[in-house]
Amino acid sequence: MTVLTDELRQRIVAEFPKYPTKRAVTLPALHLVHESLRAVSPAAMAEIAQLLELHPAEVADTMSFYGFFRDDSNPLGRRRVWVCRSLSCMLRGGEDLLVELSERLHCRPGSTSADGRCSLEFAECLGGCDGAPCVLIDDELYLNASADEIVRLVEGAPAAEGSLS
Amino acid sequence: MNENFHTVLLKRVEQHANPGLEAYRADGGYTGLRVALQLSPADVIEKVKQSGLRGRGGAGFPTGMKWSFLPKDHPGPIYLAVNADESEPGTFNNRVLMEKDPHQLLEGIAIACRAIGAKTAYIYLRYEYGRSYRTLQRAIDECYAAGILGPRVLDTEQSLDIRLHRGAGAYICGEETGLIESLEGKRAWPRIKPPFPAVEGLFRKPTIVNNVETIACVTHIFARGPEWFRSMGVAPDPSNPRDLGSYGPKLYGVSGHVERQGLFELPLGVTSRELIDRCGGIWKGRNVKAVIPGGLSTGFLTADEMDVPLDFSGPVKAGCLGLGTAGLIVIDDQTNIVDVLFNSSRFYAHESCGQCTPCREGTRWMEKILERFRNGEGTERDIDLLIEVSETMGIIPGTTICGLADGAAWPVKSALKKFRGDFVEYVRSGRRAPASRLALAH
Repeated sequence: MTVLTDELRQRIVAEFPKYPTKRAVTLPALHLVHESLRAVSPAAMAEIAQLLELHPAEVADTMSFYGFFRDDSNPLGRRRVWVCRSLSCMLRGGEDLLVELSERLHCRPGSTSADGRCSLEFAECLGGCDGAPCVLIDDELYLNASADEIVRLVEGAPAAEGSLS
Repeated sequence: MNENFHTVLLKRVEQHANPGLEAYRADGGYTGLRVALQLSPADVIEKVKQSGLRGRGGAGFPTGMKWSFLPKDHPGPIYLAVNADESEPGTFNNRVLMEKDPHQLLEGIAIACRAIGAKTAYIYLRYEYGRSYRTLQRAIDECYAAGILGPRVLDTEQSLDIRLHRGAGAYICGEETGLIESLEGKRAWPRIKPPFPAVEGLFRKPTIVNNVETIACVTHIFARGPEWFRSMGVAPDPSNPRDLGSYGPKLYGVSGHVERQGLFELPLGVTSRELIDRCGGIWKGRNVKAVIPGGLSTGFLTADEMDVPLDFSGPVKAGCLGLGTAGLIVIDDQTNIVDVLFNSSRFYAHESCGQCTPCREGTRWMEKILERFRNGEGTERDIDLLIEVSETMGIIPGTTICGLADGAAWPVKSALKKFRGDFVEYVRSGRRAPASRLALAH
């Protein structure tokens, strides 16, 4: 029984011609798996390693360096909400925004709400300082973000299947 | 000031122009590339040298000189890696350029590849810029369909592929050798230099790493000529033979305590005062306390230093690390610099890659000492300890491989020179920063 679907494998293999080494496909492969499975389990890591002709420890080493990827002890919810806490956003209320979103979305930074609808994170500079405070939902940036707007966007997302609530 | 200046890099952004290929071409797009394709690679490099273009990513290294460091007659492959990992707090101009005017960047990439003999360019794009990713991918697809990319660039013998590569949320990938390691699929630990990337870079091949804004400037140097580029900015200081001058238009981002945050294109050498005025002044009718001129790592200008020209040498003369990315962060007079520094130190402690001990440990020590001040437990000895830690980490004292530690230390050194009173106030008053409500949530 494999963790990666045939489709995921094909999408990873399709990255090979873009680089002179298979190892360079490590980040693209991790992104594909992470986005689809909402975490990268040790088994998934081993299957990526096999496709890329690497030792699983090499994939684990790269994956663990980037704070971005979650392992299967803490999988992502449907939407991932990043609140910037770096200086420009701090000066314009970013830290209060993080607190308010934590309360209203019922999850602490680094965790996922019980209904699986959203994961909350603090972020270092998101590059949206012209609209500080800013929030990233998945990979879309929201400038001059308000808690009302972000809650509305997240609550539009369906609850995850098999969630606790 | 600068009333007669017309924007170039932001022209189509300000016009809300269609980001598609057809509209770009109708506006004269890809004529610079045609000019460059008719020149020899050496002549392309020569024109960039004549323009006086210096890198916009932070270090201000002359672009044409960087290109000429490639080994002669190398059999290839040679790579261009475009640094689109924009992550320095206060910096966002690359995002605007990529989201709103992708072909301006792609044209510059094609010209740069003509100059350096690269047949493949990678754009290392921070993951958070999803909109840039989708806009650029569409623009790249358009270029392949139109024969601008692929085996014959605009019907010449030149071939070119451009690949988008997404990062995964690590500031250190903006360091050029960290970027290279990350692109190769590894942890982004910066390499010891030499060898420099121009000699041994991506996949162990000669590689040029340039910032997005730098490449966007290249496009216009060929469409309008190097003389046009050199006609604006600040000439070298005649008393300093090492000053190379600061030529061309520059993007200045302004954020923090101003009425309207925003991005401005102006000739190099504008002042913080003019930029703050363009933002409608300091918010809430307050006064300025400090400006960080070029991204978090550059240190502070005081209220008395608002007329320092923001060119490549002005901030250095005022004790800052440099012009950096020209991302200004404006701080009002109701803010204590200790609180600003705590935020800054927490950032660098979070983003240190952990390879060099003085940086891995030093950034965390600085964060902890500043936390102590904020808890009302700081002492005057802690001020000396902060100075000691900040002076022993980085390339400047020679203890680390890359400049992250210098960037972490500089704001601390700068604040202790210019705002020591804020530390003393914390110590004497025993004041505590308001506790984050996050600890109380739930």
